Amino acid sequence: MTAHALQGGFAEAPVQSARAFREILEAMARPGTIRRVAGAEPPSPLSVAAGVALLTLCDPTTGLHLAGAADCPAVRDWVAFHIGAPLVAAEVADFALGTWEALQPVSRFRIGQPDYPDRSATLIVESERLVNHGPALTGPGIETATWLNLPETAAFRANRALFPLGFDCLFTAGDRIAGLPRSTRVEKI
Amino acid sequence: MTEQLDAGAYNFAYLDEQTKRMIRRAILKAIAVPGYQVPFASREMPMPYGWGTGGVQVTAACLVPEDRLKVIDQGADDTTNAVSIRRFFQRTAGVATTEATAEATVIQTRHRIPETPLKAGQILVYQVPIPEPLRFLEPRETETRKMHALEEYGLMHVKLYEDIARHGQIATSYAYPVRVEGRYVMDPSPIPKFDNPKLGNNPAIQLFGAGREQRIYALPPWSRVESLDFDDHPFRPSKAPHRCDLCGAGHSYLDEVITDDAGGRMFVCSDTDFCAGRRARGHRGRLAAEASAPPPHPSPTRGEGGAPSDGLAQGGAALASPPPRGEGLGAGGAGPEGTA
Repeated sequence: MTAHALQGGFAEAPVQSARAFREILEAMARPGTIRRVAGAEPPSPLSVAAGVALLTLCDPTTGLHLAGAADCPAVRDWVAFHIGAPLVAAEVADFALGTWEALQPVSRFRIGQPDYPDRSATLIVESERLVNHGPALTGPGIETATWLNLPETAAFRANRALFPLGFDCLFTAGDRIAGLPRSTRVEKI
Repeated sequence: MTEQLDAGAYNFAYLDEQTKRMIRRAILKAIAVPGYQVPFASREMPMPYGWGTGGVQVTAACLVPEDRLKVIDQGADDTTNAVSIRRFFQRTAGVATTEATAEATVIQTRHRIPETPLKAGQILVYQVPIPEPLRFLEPRETETRKMHALEEYGLMHVKLYEDIARHGQIATSYAYPVRVEGRYVMDPSPIPKFDNPKLGNNPAIQLFGAGREQRIYALPPWSRVESLDFDDHPFRPSKAPHRCDLCGAGHSYLDEVITDDAGGRMFVCSDTDFCAGRRARGHRGRLAAEASAPPPHPSPTRGEGGAPSDGLAQGGAALASPPPRGEGLGAGGAGPEGTA
């Protein structure tokens, strides 16, 4: 374990995680809106927002799957020290972290059961950038429509078709974060 | 931060961090599946079950130090439950509090939705006693869970139909079941059905916490929420057919307050902030003469013979500009809404 793994967590966890959760809650409750979070300095290649999401939502009771470049010793050490989440396979993960390409195929993630749709994965998708431009989003949390630069639309449309089952997504880029719950309808492009 | 430490060395918002993470994860899943009840590991709180432990835990998981918290109990800011929960968070989270709906960022409520429309950026947290709308029709959790999974809600319609068969109308007047986004049937907590139309298309985030029953559910902003009904018996929100006796509002939900032991009564807004705001703007109701007095909540009937309450009713009657007849004083408790 390197010294770097010991740094970059919340300095004042109760207040910082509260502020971070509020932003994540607003992001998830209003799909397509982009919020800013702060307080974490995770090792490369993780973004600040991805680090904040992990610190705020993951703990030793949640299985975490690191996909692609995120699955590196620096990140593993940082997660082990600050979060303590067991690193698990994609099929049993509560949270998964990686770029959209690295997370493929997304059909392997848990989508919950008909009587417990909450037992599903949350994907933290690392993105180059987040802008309000792209396919239109409608559904709960959206008054008329919002737009977000999603990496594709077919997978999210298939996910919506499973409702109330399905996985939920948080998109992260730098200190920005946006949510896309399974309930959102994504425009076909 | 230092003042929080001074305030008795509680962790911010009382709960430990691991508990808050668990609740926060449940809230996010609840948002993702609107109307579905997410199980969570409800904690013992320093107040008894039934006093809003579910709402308190949800509020604790959502609060940030910059928040301005409002707590209402049946619409009132000044009742025991509301006052003690507000003090609890003042002490453990150091947050500012308010009684004004428009100024609040987080509102914890027991059994009412404020009359003042909510806006984006606000969170409304409901205290829920029985989160399962099908519980009184099917006591087994294993079965109700299956019914939700299969979208098997015929039993609920049968119940409403039996209401019509027996009473000629749907007699359910509070905790009136709703369907969320065309999928889950949800208990809106025991709010009067007068408030049901405010559940849907609401710009605020609505979170529901049931502590004893260990469930959290949610309505994201702008959700589609329909009160269950029939084509020939459409849903009708209802309220007492009166105006507020203090502020004169004809469109707010009213509490009936017994003012003496001779049948005297008055109707007042259950939302104290809304009523006070209207009176501050000069609106006056039938008995509003003692305007500076705080809204009368059922303190009168205490101990000796009702002398103070008589005073209140007569004082009000004597001073109100058009002398009130029949209605309040003379009718001798013959009002239709008396008991039942």
